[in-house]
Amino acid sequence: MEALDIARWQFGIVTVYHFLMVPLTIGLGLLVAILQTSWHRTGREEYLRATKFWGKLFLINFIMGVATGIVQEFQFGMAWSEYSRFVGDVFGAPLAMESLLAFFVESTFLGLWIFGWKKLPAKIHLACLWVAVSGSIVSAYFILVANSWMQHPVGVQLVDGYPQMVDAWAVFTNNTALVAFFHTMTGALAVAGGFLLGISWYHLWRRRRDGIDTVDAMGRVVVGESKTIPGRDKTDHSVWIKSLRFGAVVAMIAFAGSAVSGDMSGKLMFEQQPMKMAAAEAACHDGTSFSILSVGDLSSKDCSKVVAVMEIPGLLSFLAHNDFTTDIKGVNTLVPEYQAKYGSTLPDNPLYGDRAGQAINYVPVMAVTYWGFRMMIGFGALAAMASGLALWIARKGTVPQAKWLMRLALVGILAPFGANAAGWIFTELGRQPFVVAPNPSVSGVDQVFMFTAAAVSPGVSAGELIFSLVALGAVYAVLLVVEVVLLTKYIRGGVASAMPELGHFDDTGEGGGGDHTGGKDSEDVLAFAY
Amino acid sequence: MDFLPTLWFILIAVLWTGYLFLEGFDLGVGMLMKTFARDEKERRLLLNTVGPVWDGNEVWLITAGGATFAAFPFWYASLFSALYIPLVFVLLALIFRAVAFEYRGKIHRDSWRRAWDWAIAVGSFVAAFGIGAMLALTTTGLPLNENGDRVGGPFAWFTWYAVLGGLALVGFCLIQAAAFLALKTDGDVRHRARRLVSRWLPVCLLPLAGWVIAVALMNGKWFSWVLIAVAVLAAVVGWLANGKGREGTSFLALGTFLILGSSAIFSAAFPVVLPSTLNPVWNLTVTNASSSAYTLRLMTIVAAVGVPLVLAYQAWTYWIFRKRISVAHLPEPHDFEPAVGPDTHSTPRNADVKA
Ligand code: HDD
Ligand code: HEM
Ligand code: HEM
Repeated sequence: MEALDIARWQFGIVTVYHFLMVPLTIGLGLLVAILQTSWHRTGREEYLRATKFWGKLFLINFIMGVATGIVQEFQFGMAWSEYSRFVGDVFGAPLAMESLLAFFVESTFLGLWIFGWKKLPAKIHLACLWVAVSGSIVSAYFILVANSWMQHPVGVQLVDGYPQMVDAWAVFTNNTALVAFFHTMTGALAVAGGFLLGISWYHLWRRRRDGIDTVDAMGRVVVGESKTIPGRDKTDHSVWIKSLRFGAVVAMIAFAGSAVSGDMSGKLMFEQQPMKMAAAEAACHDGTSFSILSVGDLSSKDCSKVVAVMEIPGLLSFLAHNDFTTDIKGVNTLVPEYQAKYGSTLPDNPLYGDRAGQAINYVPVMAVTYWGFRMMIGFGALAAMASGLALWIARKGTVPQAKWLMRLALVGILAPFGANAAGWIFTELGRQPFVVAPNPSVSGVDQVFMFTAAAVSPGVSAGELIFSLVALGAVYAVLLVVEVVLLTKYIRGGVASAMPELGHFDDTGEGGGGDHTGGKDSEDVLAFAY
Repeated sequence: MDFLPTLWFILIAVLWTGYLFLEGFDLGVGMLMKTFARDEKERRLLLNTVGPVWDGNEVWLITAGGATFAAFPFWYASLFSALYIPLVFVLLALIFRAVAFEYRGKIHRDSWRRAWDWAIAVGSFVAAFGIGAMLALTTTGLPLNENGDRVGGPFAWFTWYAVLGGLALVGFCLIQAAAFLALKTDGDVRHRARRLVSRWLPVCLLPLAGWVIAVALMNGKWFSWVLIAVAVLAAVVGWLANGKGREGTSFLALGTFLILGSSAIFSAAFPVVLPSTLNPVWNLTVTNASSSAYTLRLMTIVAAVGVPLVLAYQAWTYWIFRKRISVAHLPEPHDFEPAVGPDTHSTPRNADVKA
C-alpha cells in the first residue's frame, strides 16, 4: 500500500473512533445537566442519584474523547501537510476557535464540576456543568464549520492557487455547517437516549430478577426494598424508571429531529455534491426513484453491473426537490460533467508523485455510500421504534422478566452509535476523490477543490505511516476494551458505584472502607476525586 | 515588518509559554509519581494536587497547535510532518496520561493502579521530552526542502539540539513540580519537595539555560542577553526563596525564569519560525508562512476576547482549589459493592425483601 492509502485508513480509523466517544459526551452531558437541574429544583433524592450515576459514566467516556481528540488536532499537520498548507487560511480558524472558545471552557469547568461537589455552592456547581456542556456543543459547531467547508467551500477567493478567506460570515454561516450541526446534535441525543434506556432497563430487570420488585395481578409494579443489596431501596426504582422514560423520549425526539435535519442535509447535498447523492442511491441513470434494494457489483467503476431490485418511484425526486417528477442526474450523466470540469487525469504536478497522470475515478465506492446511507437511517429508525415500544412495555412501572428482552435493550445501545458512524463514513467517503469538494451546480464555488491524492504529506514515508497506524490502532483497541470493562463494572454497580455510601448498611455496621466522606477536614479542602 | 504576522508570532509564543508554565508542573508531578511518592497515599495526594486543573492546562497545547495552524499553516504543516515519529510518541504519551488520571482509581486493585502509575510517569516524561525536542528544533532548524518537506528519512530530525531541548523541558518540569508540591501540600511531602528543589535546582535548570544560550549565540540580539541575565537571576531568587521556606515566591520565580527564557528563545529566533538547515532561502518566516491579513485580523479579534477570558476563569479555578492538602485529608480507598444479587438462578433473594 502506498502512503496515501495508509494515511486515509488511519484518518478514517482514528476519526470514527473519536466519534464513538463524542456523541455520548455531547448527549449524555446534556442529559446529566438536565437531571442535576431537576434535583436542584425539586430536591428529590432520585434526581441526585441519577445525576451521580450517569455523571460517573459520562466521565469515564469523556476522558476517552479528550485523549483521542488530541490526535485529531495534530494529524492534519502530521499526515496531511499539503492539505494543511492548502486550507490553512480558512480551515485553521475554526479549529483554533474551537480550542480557545470551547475546549478551555469544557475542560476547566468540568474540572470544577468533578472536584467541586461539596466545595462550591450548589447553584454555582450546577452552573459549572451547564457551562461545560455548552462548551461541548460550541466545540461541535466549530469543528463542523471546518468540516462543512470541505463539503461546501464558501467565503473564499483563490489567490496564487490557494483559497483565502474573504468572507468570514459566509464561512461561519455555511448552510451545510448549520444543517450538519443540527443533524449531529440530534444524532448525539439519539445515542444518549438509547444509553439511558438500555441501562435503566437492565437495572429494572435486575431488581425483578433479584426479587425486589414484583408485579400485581394487573401487571402493575409493586416496588420493594432489599436490605442486603447495596442501594436497592425504593428510590432506586424511581431512578431507573424515570431514566428509562427520559431516555426513550429523548431517543424518539432525537430521531424525529435527525429525520428533519437529514432531509435538509440531503437537499443541500443534491445541489452541492450531486455525485455523492447519486452514489448514495447507486442511481446510474437519471430518474426519480428511491431505491429500496439495489444489487450487483456496487464497487464497479461504471454502472453496468448494478440492478435496482425495488424502487419507490418519485421519492428520490421528493428528497431532492420536494416534488415527485424532477429527474435526478445519475452517475452515468454526472461522470462526463465532472470530467469536463475537473479533468480526467490527475495533473502533472510533483505533489501527485507517481500518481500524476492517473485517471480520476469520480464515482465513490458505491457499496459504502449506498449501504452507509441506509445503515444510518435504518439503525436510527430501529432505535426510535424500539424506544416507543419500550415506553409502552414499561408503562406499568417495570419491565418483564424475559432475559432476551433485557439483552436486546442492552445491545440496542449500539444502534445509534452505528448510525452515527455510518453517517460519517457515508459523508466522508462520498466526497471522494476530493478532500475539498467542488460544488459543480448552482452554488458557484466550483473552482475551489483539492484531490485527496494531493493532500497527504509528501515528506512522510509509508513506513512511518504504517508505524503510527499500528501503534495508534493497537492502543485504541486496548483502550476500547478498558473503557468497556470499566463502563460495565460501573453499570453493574448501579447507583452505589457512584455513591459508595449507599453500599454501607447501618444495621450490620459494616463499615467497609471506613470513612468515605474524607474526614471532617475534607469539606474545607476538596472532594477527592482521584 | 508586517504587523499582524508579528503580532501572531508573539501570540503563539505566549501560548507555548503559557502551556509550559502551566502544564510544566503537572507533567512534572506525573513524573514524580514513580520516583518521589513513597506509598499509595502519597501518589493519590500528588494526583489530587493537579486533579482539577491538568486538563485545562493541556488545552494550552491544543490551542498552541490550533493557533499555529490558523496563523501560520506552513509552519504547522512543515514542523508537524517533519517530526512525524516523535509526535506519534508524544500523542501516545498524552493519551495514556490522560486516561490514566481518570481510570487509575476506578478499580480497587494494586496491579491495576501500578499499571496506570507507570502510564502517568512514563507518559509525562515522554510528552515533556518530545515537546521540548520539538520546540528546540523549531528554533534550531530541520532539513527542509523548498516545499518545506523533510528530506533525509524518518530520523533526519535527530540532532543534539533535540536531546538538549528534551532534557531542558524534563528538567524544568521536575523542578517546577517540586516547587508546586511544596506550595500545595503539607506534611512530609511538602518538606521533601522543598529538599528536592534545594538539591536539584541547578542541575535540572541547566539544560534549559544551555538551550537558551545556544539559540542566543546563533542569532541572538542584544536584548536576548538581557533577558537571559534576568532569567538566571530569577532562578537564583527561586532557589533562595525555597531555602527560606517561601514557597509561593519560589514557585513564581521559577515561572518567571521560564517566561524570560522562552521570551529569549522566541525573540532570538524571530522572524524565522522554522529554519531549514539545508538552505537559508527555504527558511519559513513570519511573512512567508503566515495566513492572509484577513484571517489574522479575524483571529486577532477572537484572541482578544478569548485569551483574557480563559486567563480569568482558569485563575478562578486555581483560587477555588488554593488550599494545601495533605495525606491526612485523604480518605481510605475502598471499592463499592455492586447493586446486583448473586448470579444463581435457583434462589431469588427475596427473603429480605419487604414490599
Ligand atoms: C460533533 C462533534 C465533534 C467532531 C466532529 C469532532 N470532535 Fe473532537 N471533540 C468533541 C466534539 C467533536 C467534544 C464533544 O467536544 C469532545 C469529546 C470529549 C471532549 O472532551 O470534547 C472532543 C474532544 C476533542 C479534543 C480534546 C479537547 C480537550 O482536551 O478538552 C480535541 C483536540 C478535538 N476534539 C479535536 C477534534 C478535531 C481536530 C476533529 C476533526 C477531525 C474533531 N475533534 C472531531
Ligand atoms: C468526527 C466525525 C468524522 C468522521 C467519523 C469522519 C470520517 C472520515 C473517514 C471515514 C475518512 C476516510 C475517508 C477515506 O478513507 O477516503 C475521513 C477522511 C477525512 N476527513 Fe473526516 N470524518 C469526521 C470528521 C471530520 C472533520 C470534522 C474533519 C475536518 C475538520 C474531517 C476531515 C477529513 C480529512 C482531512 C480526511 C482525509 C482525506 C480523506 O481521506 O478523505 N473529518 N473522515
Ligand atoms: C431519516 C433520517 C435521516 C436522514 C434523511 C439523514 C440524512 C443524512 C444525509 C443526507 C447526510 C449527509 C450530509 C452530507 O454529506 O452533506 C447525513 C449525514 C450524517 N448523518 Fe444522517 N440522516 C438521518 C438519520 C440519522 C441518524 C438517526 C443519525 C444518528 C443517530 C445520523 C447521523 C449522521 C451523521 C453523524 C452524519 C455525518 C455528519 C453530517 O454530515 O451531518 N443520521 N445524514
